[in-house]
Amino acid sequence: MKIAVCVKEVPDAGPAKRMDPDTLRADRSGDRSLNDFDLNAVETALRMKEEAGDGEVVLVSMGPDRALESMRKGLGMGADRAVLVTDEAAVGSDLIATSKVLAKALEREEPDVVLFGQQASDGDGAVLWSAVADRLRMPVISQIAEIDMSGGEVSAKRQTEFGYDRISAPLPAVLAVSDAINEPRFPSLKGIMQAKKKPQETLSLADLGVGADSAGTAGSRTTVSALSDPPSRGETLTIEDDGSGAEKLLDYLVERKLV
Amino acid sequence: MLSYAFTDEQEDLRQMVREFAQAEVEPLIEDAERDEKFPVEIIPKLGELGLLGIVFPEEYGGIGLDKITECIFVEEMAKVSAGITASVNAHADLAAFPIYKFGSDEQKEKYLPRSIAGEIIGAYAITEPNTGSDAAGLATRADKKNGGYVLNGRKNFITNGTICDYCLVAAYTDKSTRGEGISVFIVDRDTPGFEVTRKLEKMGHRSSDTAELVFEDCEVPEESLLGGKEGAFTALMEALITGRVSHGVKSAAIAEAAFEAARQYATEREAFGRSLSKFQAVRFKLADMATRIESAKALAYKAAWLYSTGRPCVKEASMAKFYSAEVAEYVTREAVQIHGGYGYIVEYPVERYYRDAKLASITEGTSEIQQLIIGKEIGL
Repeated sequence: MKIAVCVKEVPDAGPAKRMDPDTLRADRSGDRSLNDFDLNAVETALRMKEEAGDGEVVLVSMGPDRALESMRKGLGMGADRAVLVTDEAAVGSDLIATSKVLAKALEREEPDVVLFGQQASDGDGAVLWSAVADRLRMPVISQIAEIDMSGGEVSAKRQTEFGYDRISAPLPAVLAVSDAINEPRFPSLKGIMQAKKKPQETLSLADLGVGADSAGTAGSRTTVSALSDPPSRGETLTIEDDGSGAEKLLDYLVERKLV
Repeated sequence: MLSYAFTDEQEDLRQMVREFAQAEVEPLIEDAERDEKFPVEIIPKLGELGLLGIVFPEEYGGIGLDKITECIFVEEMAKVSAGITASVNAHADLAAFPIYKFGSDEQKEKYLPRSIAGEIIGAYAITEPNTGSDAAGLATRADKKNGGYVLNGRKNFITNGTICDYCLVAAYTDKSTRGEGISVFIVDRDTPGFEVTRKLEKMGHRSSDTAELVFEDCEVPEESLLGGKEGAFTALMEALITGRVSHGVKSAAIAEAAFEAARQYATEREAFGRSLSKFQAVRFKLADMATRIESAKALAYKAAWLYSTGRPCVKEASMAKFYSAEVAEYVTREAVQIHGGYGYIVEYPVERYYRDAKLASITEGTSEIQQLIIGKEIGL
């Protein structure tokens, strides 16, 4: 079985995340790492391969060429190789343009399964898997909490707000797993030592036959017109606790008929 | 050519250990510190990730990397828990490493693969109730009997004493030559006559087990003699230089954890209408702490580099252990000070760092012993 896992390099999680007011894009100048949600997808892929007894796990990404450094984490966990689409003309791609590029890269791999994490922790779009599936004309199941690959098809339990959906689909399929599906393994030291030696391929848009006008800002359907801080919360009340803090808080809530 | 760059693999290892320590070690600390119980479940997890076999060759299940790489592991673990790191180091540096270095092929086969996989835990016993720095003054005897030996004596302050599966024990086989007559035995925990008499209650490093051991007519076969020959002790003591390098990094890491807590506290806490970090008195303290940590780490990693490249490093290893211990004590003390009253409260981790730091100048060769070695090395 050939499993492709779409991954993304994101700015490190934490309070330092910010938008760049000049480019109106996420500031990616600080420390970066592989999107945490993608680790669940990598883990799912590795378990599928282990259960099947053989197969190949390929990491597929689009980003700056240094993104291979972050992708090494997935290789350290056990993925077999990495494919990175990197091109100046792809900078500024929105979800639509990104899905086009990724779909082309995936077509080239002809995988049985395309895995995604539930979302990327920078843009938090959580729709890329759906757009890619549409372009590949494959069935898609999202927010997967449990997965069963026996019988040549996929059967999955999808988390919803009100319970679970049980969904089956033929292969090949696009599967977006939730972060509740598993505990991603740590890359072992042996895995880390092998990661750099594993095949790592970089492709340009031309390699994929994607025209510069279908990627990057040119290929995007959305534009960011302006950035502004969220509106202030208006009047706030600070209660200093001198022993009657709880009472004052309660009075305040009762006064406004909130309790 | 001078380079301070770690390799990509070393950076990836640092990241992995950092994440592992946060996810798997941090949640164990509170109980382990309170109950003074080393969480043994961490050992197989470390083994599975290859972290107990960093410097050991692949034929025993190790990874075959250098001391620098091992130090990165020690540093990131010690930033989270000095106590747990102490037990892990005692297992890898003091028990398994001497077996690798001096053991017979049979001994290596028997102990190394399982130690590296984290299936068994080792300890190392030289110190006695009446002998510490003067190691050659130890009183434990090993007398020949029935083709083997019989051990009699007491050992004190033994890390992993209560949890070990085997223990390296130093004992005199020839009392006529001081020091030279000491041999080392690998004693399995279930050997009759090997008793753990007391678990010691400590000021710091509480998540590491420390015990008093008694050997009373403890009969061991000839095959338990490390390397198959008597008098291995002196060479083994020289090999312990690797532990001193680890301590250089470990103590600096305790200091760094305390510094990081103090830095964060100083930026969040306000006094007289502005954050503590805006006051020059606090800012100078933090700048001083950061500078000392940086130099302690530079010295420790230089020692690790010398060791890794096969260069002599007796002086630098002792300097690293000695200096990092000083830095750890100083920085943790100042970190508590910056925290004010909260620094004295158990809810905040800095008081633990402060207590943990005190061991640095005592364990595995006191600071005074390190200074004696340095003195000799600089030609005095």
